[in-house]
Amino acid sequence: MKIDFEHIQSAHCENGVTTNLLRNIGVSQITEPLAFGIGAGLFYAYIPLLKINNGPAIAFRTLPGLIFKRTCRSLGIKVFRQRFHSKEAAQKMLDATLANGQAAGCQVGVYYLPYFPKEYRFHFNAHNLVVYGKEDDHYLISDPVMENTTTLSSYELERVRFAKGALAPKGQLYYPERGHVITDEQIATGIEKGIKKNIKNMIGIPAPIAGVNGIRFTGNRIKKWRDKLGLHTAGLYLAQLVRMQEEIGTGGGGFRYIYGAFLQEAFAYHPNEILLETSQLFTMAGDLWRTAAVQAAGIYKGRIGSQEDFNVMGDYLLEVAEIERKAFVALSKIKWQ
Amino acid sequence: MKKEDVPQDLSSLGKITKEVCYATDGSGKYTKELSQGWEVKITALDTAWSDIEVRMNAAKQKVLNGEASPLLFFMEKALMDISILAGYTGFWKFQIARHMKPKIFKKLNDKILQRYADVFNVRIDELKSMNIE
Repeated sequence: MKIDFEHIQSAHCENGVTTNLLRNIGVSQITEPLAFGIGAGLFYAYIPLLKINNGPAIAFRTLPGLIFKRTCRSLGIKVFRQRFHSKEAAQKMLDATLANGQAAGCQVGVYYLPYFPKEYRFHFNAHNLVVYGKEDDHYLISDPVMENTTTLSSYELERVRFAKGALAPKGQLYYPERGHVITDEQIATGIEKGIKKNIKNMIGIPAPIAGVNGIRFTGNRIKKWRDKLGLHTAGLYLAQLVRMQEEIGTGGGGFRYIYGAFLQEAFAYHPNEILLETSQLFTMAGDLWRTAAVQAAGIYKGRIGSQEDFNVMGDYLLEVAEIERKAFVALSKIKWQ
Repeated sequence: MKKEDVPQDLSSLGKITKEVCYATDGSGKYTKELSQGWEVKITALDTAWSDIEVRMNAAKQKVLNGEASPLLFFMEKALMDISILAGYTGFWKFQIARHMKPKIFKKLNDKILQRYADVFNVRIDELKSMNIE
């Protein structure tokens, strides 16, 4: 059994799953940047005290599942979503969904994901993929960060759907319901809602650790890491920051570029020059995130490591925070028609 | 990032799939490009793995010194912490903390050991000796 499903590769897994599932039910206008922007995917949070893999807990994205949920909601599309206690029930529901001709999104852990290279398999449970068919004991898998589709045996799929640890997927299965015709006006409204939501998340949360404030907070923290943690641990922390920032499934610099692309696409629906101008600001922010990553790499490779090098690193983040603050303030000035 | 600046440093992921990234063309318009990997990311990942190596060796030494049971070593090797191990084995965290003590570990029956062995994908004798084939 194989559902007619187009696999389009994307930069980020949840964007990709959202885009591909929506295209599959006939929302032909949707692209990865639009899904990301309408779903208000851009975010930042630094959670002090909490440790992940013995390093700092930094999130460049909203909680897993939110991009899909918000994009569908903004477009007025109903979502089916279920978690399971029993592995049997989870498989049964998946099979029934496929038998109905509906491709299904699944949240999975990457630790046991066989087609990922071993070096990338950490206990990270917020990966997403689409199951679009079943042949004998093998499920047909469209993993949006991969160039090509692949397969997983029932056992392999069950194992990743029931990965354990933080954000355990619990077999979570989701898909957008059919029978919606999405007009360009609805996309335009979705864009407006998505941008407003993202403004709120990045400059409207009155907490020092979230949004633009969080980036500034991290920048200031980094300057203290060398004294507080010692050069070795500080290097490990920076390596973790870079992995959270640039690795598959997350993305700091990458996300800014996607947001920049989103604002350009948004211009087609809302011809307002502010969108194009802020798109350039996000390109600048993305470039600066990458410059910061290069500086961090110098430190964890041991090429540089003086207090001055940490100050430079911290200042990059302060600069990023300022650019992104300006960008969201500019977006908040838009008068939507 | 400009299209021509998209890094192409071959990573272990790059051998399996290229990654999509968004970059601007000559007129500043965003396009989708493919990257084979980026040196900065490769070394970040290497750094993480060398830290895991250090932690594994430290855990092994602790076991040899009689300060912890082999479960500590296998937990580090599987990149887990006590919560993740609790999730996979079905034991409570406080039980695992107890099992981490060498004296208590020695008294565990095979049924309990098998649950750990299954999660770590080893045999019971390997679990006890830390000698993995």
